[in-house]
Amino acid sequence: MHPMTPAPFRVRSRRPVRADTVSLTLEPVEGPCPPFLPGQFTMIYARGVGEIPISISGRTRAGGYLQTIRAVGAVSRALCHARRGDLVGVRGPYGTAWDVPAAAGMDVVVAAGGLGLAALRPVVRELVAHRSRYGRISLIVGTRAPMTLLYPRDLARWSHAGIDVQVTVDHPDHAWQGPVGLVTRLVDRIVFEPRRTAAFVCGPEAMMCAVADDLVRRGVPAARIVLSLERNMKCGVGRCGHCQLGPLLLCLDGPVVSYERAARLLAVKEL
Amino acid sequence: MDVVVLQSLEPLIEALTSSGYTVVGPRVEDGAIRMAEISSGADLPAGVGDVQKPGRYRLTSGDDGMVFGFAASPDSAKRYTQPPRQTLVRVRDEAIEEVEQEAPRVALLGLRACDLAAVAVQDRVFAGGRHPDPAYLRRREALFLVAVNCAVPGGTCFCVSMGTGPKAVAGFDLAITELASPHRFLVETGSERGGEIVALIPHHPATSVDIDAAEEVSRTAASRMGRQVDTDGIQEWLPAAHDSPRWADVASRCLSCTNCTMVCPTCFCSTVEDVTDLTGQVTERSERWDSCFTLDFSEVSGSHVRSSGLARYRQWLTHKFATWYDQFGTSGCVGCGRCITWCPTGIDVTEELACIR
Ligand SMILES: Cc1cc2nc3c(=O)[nH]c(=O)nc-3n(C[C@H](O)[C@H](O)[C@H](O)COP(=O)(O)OP(=O)(O)OC[C@H]3O[C@@H](n4cnc5c(N)ncnc54)[C@H](O)[C@@H]3O)c2cc1C
Ligand code: SF4
Ligand code: SF4
Ligand code: FES
Repeated sequence: MHPMTPAPFRVRSRRPVRADTVSLTLEPVEGPCPPFLPGQFTMIYARGVGEIPISISGRTRAGGYLQTIRAVGAVSRALCHARRGDLVGVRGPYGTAWDVPAAAGMDVVVAAGGLGLAALRPVVRELVAHRSRYGRISLIVGTRAPMTLLYPRDLARWSHAGIDVQVTVDHPDHAWQGPVGLVTRLVDRIVFEPRRTAAFVCGPEAMMCAVADDLVRRGVPAARIVLSLERNMKCGVGRCGHCQLGPLLLCLDGPVVSYERAARLLAVKEL
Repeated sequence: MDVVVLQSLEPLIEALTSSGYTVVGPRVEDGAIRMAEISSGADLPAGVGDVQKPGRYRLTSGDDGMVFGFAASPDSAKRYTQPPRQTLVRVRDEAIEEVEQEAPRVALLGLRACDLAAVAVQDRVFAGGRHPDPAYLRRREALFLVAVNCAVPGGTCFCVSMGTGPKAVAGFDLAITELASPHRFLVETGSERGGEIVALIPHHPATSVDIDAAEEVSRTAASRMGRQVDTDGIQEWLPAAHDSPRWADVASRCLSCTNCTMVCPTCFCSTVEDVTDLTGQVTERSERWDSCFTLDFSEVSGSHVRSSGLARYRQWLTHKFATWYDQFGTSGCVGCGRCITWCPTGIDVTEELACIR
């Protein structure tokens, strides 16, 4: 099969998760759904509109993909409007993954900004599934407003499973009693042994760099701070050239990249 | 490797045609030497030469009767390895059908050593990685490559610096060196199917005089390069020079017109487009050439990563000469000089690199 040919999938369910964001579950029309690793993405095709990279946020009981999509443009809007039973195309999974088992025996910091939690959800689920293998686990989440928080039920469940979950918002409402401001402020509120800590970070680029710099300052080695980078992607398979970040083709060499590798590249403006 | 001598190319063109190939070779069209279908040796540009300079291309005519007395054409093999537009899938009702891409049997006559190197680069991009493209491989398999060793390099050529020419050493089915007084063609066989074509046509074995004469052609060509680049350590020093003041200088001359990427035989970037027919029933999705010089190439998160022309020029040049190695294990530039000749403002990559260094 040609690497650009999408496999037919059907929208199995559609659930709005906040005003502009929808979680879809997608199942292949035929055959099994290929396995994925935390951090990998698929290219989802909306017929007649286009195809975009979307992280895989989980697996359904029937073996499909859970994917959370924010409507920001033509394709994401079309996918957010997809109805149960609609046909979409899916290619992948593609890209590098977060190596969660490698953090065994260490403290773990998971830092999510906005939609970044969609990509990190499989990381947290993996940590929760093997809770005893890890030291202290902290999940810090930054979101625009209390109403835009993703997966609140999951967060509550993870909190019960022994994870220190902390949320900060940019714009609090009347009921909000938690912290306000950037997610970097939460880095000071969590407990970890820097030299023995692994960090998984996803969110807007500026947020990731700020969190990573804070962690480095606290003594976490840059090689153990691993980000997920976002660039324009038209193919996902190393042939369209759009996802370049210096020497990296982020669809193949990323999106998951260590801060040790990424810091130097992200520091160059407009690379 | 068999080496033979032909008195004329007519029988070669006939043999290729009778073997089922459409022969595409150099032809004068629109004031340039284009790659177009040829039906006989008379279509070849006898006596035509070219003058190539930054931002300039002009044909000359003479009466030496040489049919390959010019350098790189604005066309390259890219049109055939990676056609400008390819339909990928057709979506109708509830089905996504893969469209069988054409793989025409074409004999490309007159590719230069740099062009062969460019095909090898494209092989790595489209077939050398984790997601090989079966349609590309079929197209490649259906191409018969007839190289011509350059006698007269263009004013913008620098294949010697890039280690790709001027003599074709691999990657061809047949390689021709055109020899003068008497006018004849030395033909080297580079593949089994190349040998099968030679077997179909009248020829005699090359003598040591012919072989020496051909070597002299390539030696002379190598000494007449229009330009040069010092590639020593370029994979390190070019990306490290991301804040060179020269980038702003070249950006002030670059129009972001995309010409350089369109004529470059290795530039492979593409985008994908959907077109739905008027009934709304059938959607065709196709891949077409794109260029890193366009603004929306790097669109992400409500903005553009490379919003300035400076960043786009820097991306292009750095990718071609340095980061291509990281991604594909080879230089992205083969030294053909096309981007220099066809840049409307005459930006010369060799000069820019010398200034940035
Ligand atoms: C590896 C990877 C994983 C991703 N995972 C997810 C995911 O799980 N969920 C998800 O919703 N998105 C995800 N994205 C981002 C998503 O791919 C883009 O939002 C999408 O490509 C936008 O396409 P569009 O056609 O809808 O918008 P376009 O028509 O391309 O753009 C429309 C407008 O939206 C802007 N825009 C484009 N992307 C974004 C963005 N990310 N944020 C804000 N504005 C944007 C554009 O600049 C433009 O102004 C991921 C991206 C990558 C590279
Ligand atoms: S960058 Fe210029 S000289 Fe190099 S291969 Fe491309 S067109 Fe030819
Ligand atoms: S370098 Fe020249 S050919 Fe290339 S985009 Fe700029 S102006 Fe156009
Ligand atoms: S998305 Fe096309 S090369 Fe990476």
